[in-house]
Amino acid sequence: MEDTPIEEGETNKDIEVAPALIAVHPTQKSVAVAVGSDLRVFDLHGVSAVALVDDTSVPFHKDSIRAIHYSADGKLFVSAGDDKVVKVWSTESWRCICTVPSEKRVSAVALSHDGLHVCFADKFGVVWVVDLDGFDGNQTLVNKKAAPLLAHYCSIITSLEVSPDGRFVVSADRDFKIRVTLFPKKPLDGAHEIQSFCLGHTEFVSCLAFVFTPDYPQGFLVSGSGDSTVRLWDISSGSLLDTYEVAEKAGLLESNGTGEECNPAITDLCTFPDGTLIAVATQRQVIKPSLHLQGILLLSCDLSTRTLSIAKVVSITGEAFIPTSIRTSSSAGLLWMVTGVSNMHGFDQPSLARVRVISGSEKCSLSSPEHEPTVLEDNEIPGGDKLLEKLQGSVSVEENVFLAAAEAVKTAMSNLLVKKQYSTEKREFRKRTEMIEKIKSDKLLALTALSKLIL
Amino acid sequence: MLENEANPTFSKSTGLPRKRFYRARAHSNPLSDSHFPVPISPCHVDYSLHYPQFFSSSDQIDSSKKIQFADIGCGFGGLLISLSTLFPETLMIGMELRDKVSEYVKERISALRVANPGQYQNISVVRTNSMKYIPNYFEKGQLSKMFFLFPDPHFKEKNHRRRVISTHLLDEYAYTLRVGGIIYTITDVEELGDWMKACLESHPMYEALTEEELEADPVVKLLSSATEEGQKVARNDGQTFQAIYRRIMPAI
Repeated sequence: MEDTPIEEGETNKDIEVAPALIAVHPTQKSVAVAVGSDLRVFDLHGVSAVALVDDTSVPFHKDSIRAIHYSADGKLFVSAGDDKVVKVWSTESWRCICTVPSEKRVSAVALSHDGLHVCFADKFGVVWVVDLDGFDGNQTLVNKKAAPLLAHYCSIITSLEVSPDGRFVVSADRDFKIRVTLFPKKPLDGAHEIQSFCLGHTEFVSCLAFVFTPDYPQGFLVSGSGDSTVRLWDISSGSLLDTYEVAEKAGLLESNGTGEECNPAITDLCTFPDGTLIAVATQRQVIKPSLHLQGILLLSCDLSTRTLSIAKVVSITGEAFIPTSIRTSSSAGLLWMVTGVSNMHGFDQPSLARVRVISGSEKCSLSSPEHEPTVLEDNEIPGGDKLLEKLQGSVSVEENVFLAAAEAVKTAMSNLLVKKQYSTEKREFRKRTEMIEKIKSDKLLALTALSKLIL
Repeated sequence: MLENEANPTFSKSTGLPRKRFYRARAHSNPLSDSHFPVPISPCHVDYSLHYPQFFSSSDQIDSSKKIQFADIGCGFGGLLISLSTLFPETLMIGMELRDKVSEYVKERISALRVANPGQYQNISVVRTNSMKYIPNYFEKGQLSKMFFLFPDPHFKEKNHRRRVISTHLLDEYAYTLRVGGIIYTITDVEELGDWMKACLESHPMYEALTEEELEADPVVKLLSSATEEGQKVARNDGQTFQAIYRRIMPAI
């Protein structure tokens, strides 16, 4: 019997490499970065590093954090990952108010808009929900158990989002699917009514975001994928409204480009406060052997014509910087980015992270040529060196280390999410060798048991 | 398939494929990602390939005609063949994970179409993993009947998640079935029968058919008699356990 990559992956070393993540408080009161099991928070109001307090039974994270999220009102923060726990923190006191156990490693989290429910997805495709009822300040919530909400059969869920009007929960997986489900009045009883499936991607879906304005309060869904496209969807019907092909249309590729580096996977996306501008992070694009593109694509969504178009390409020069996670706050228009990795083999440092900020993006959607988004220098970013020291761990790391880190993250993502295509001979060969191995180990077990009996 | 004079894979007298050349194990692992093409979305399903008489070319799609019955895990195709003549204007499809078995059904349908001109044009089979790809084949509310005949019981508790009827998968089947559509399940394994009934009973989007409705439905009798599996159970005087439910709007 063939093992699925999910079951194999538990022991695969490359998968333990975890990309760094960033999250920004809705009114930019604080910024959080997760690198491996380390959760680092910087308070931008007080301009100081935050010391997290966790006196629950399982304090802090013991393994790589895979998802972090602020609640819509900014009062709560959620972190979860490979240590099979979901932690809910109060952003006033930065105390852990709740630790929810998960059966499997967690791959994505989302919060309902009222902050009453936390949804998290595990690596076997089940989305769970836990209610935060009873939280009225600082005391810890104990014995919170999650109930199953919905499932994508045997697939890894890569992203979870709640729609702007709170009516739907959207889940994306590595089998190219996006499912839109009605968020029920009683989430603990399960979300059984599927509104639609958004089908069209030809590779794993990696990230989701919503574009919406007061004129279009329900908005549209935007998704990024390993197929190198960003797509726009109407979630009520599941229809594909527009597709933006990053490699081709960014106009940066020569026509003789081939290979996967010319179709870089979309790694993250997020929407700016204006509701129509989308920042897109991709894996590194190789244009020529000597010419690489790294940076952020700014896409503009026209909500009336329901189309996506390129607003700007923001290049990041001067250092190797391929963002692993990008976020904005819902108020200020700064784009916060982090690149980094943890558990990378063969390097002295167990983890590394670098934070950068782009400002002025929102002005460029008015297509005024004099407005260019700028990548801020270290001393220009809010919080300055103090923030960088806290969130990055150490202030400077060598360039080639970051390049190696980007490659490691790329390999890990590919191993986890891209389905292995075996030829028939290879599959038969694997089946036979697995059978032989199994027989050998069974024999060994039997012999060991027997020898114990005799001796 | 090797064809030689002594052992033809197709019977010379009936023109139908001989099962012995398409034997496969009863069990197949639904978790493994096998190598078969999957349509990106329901509008990518090639109706002209499956139902050539109804759709003469893939551009000329009569959009009003869509597949309405799906036999999930159709095995050797017995149910589809019985249903074909009972509902000659309805398009039906069988979904089967095992390669050899789906090949057999394809050959069988081809042979029947040749031997009975004008008939059996409304049934077809596709090799796929229905537990993962149903939304790729069918639009919301497209199906009016779904069949789950003698599914793999997956006895071990750790394998219960591989069962084709489960609360989570019933969400997807409810999406695919139109309101009023019917889901038919039958098994000869009592524990599985109880499990399927319990899943359906506790799911907010299904209600059981009444005794009268079951009596009136001509399809119900076919569940235990039309398939190879069902016939085997009858031969061995085994008991069968049915759970037949209608897809409803959930109570608000």
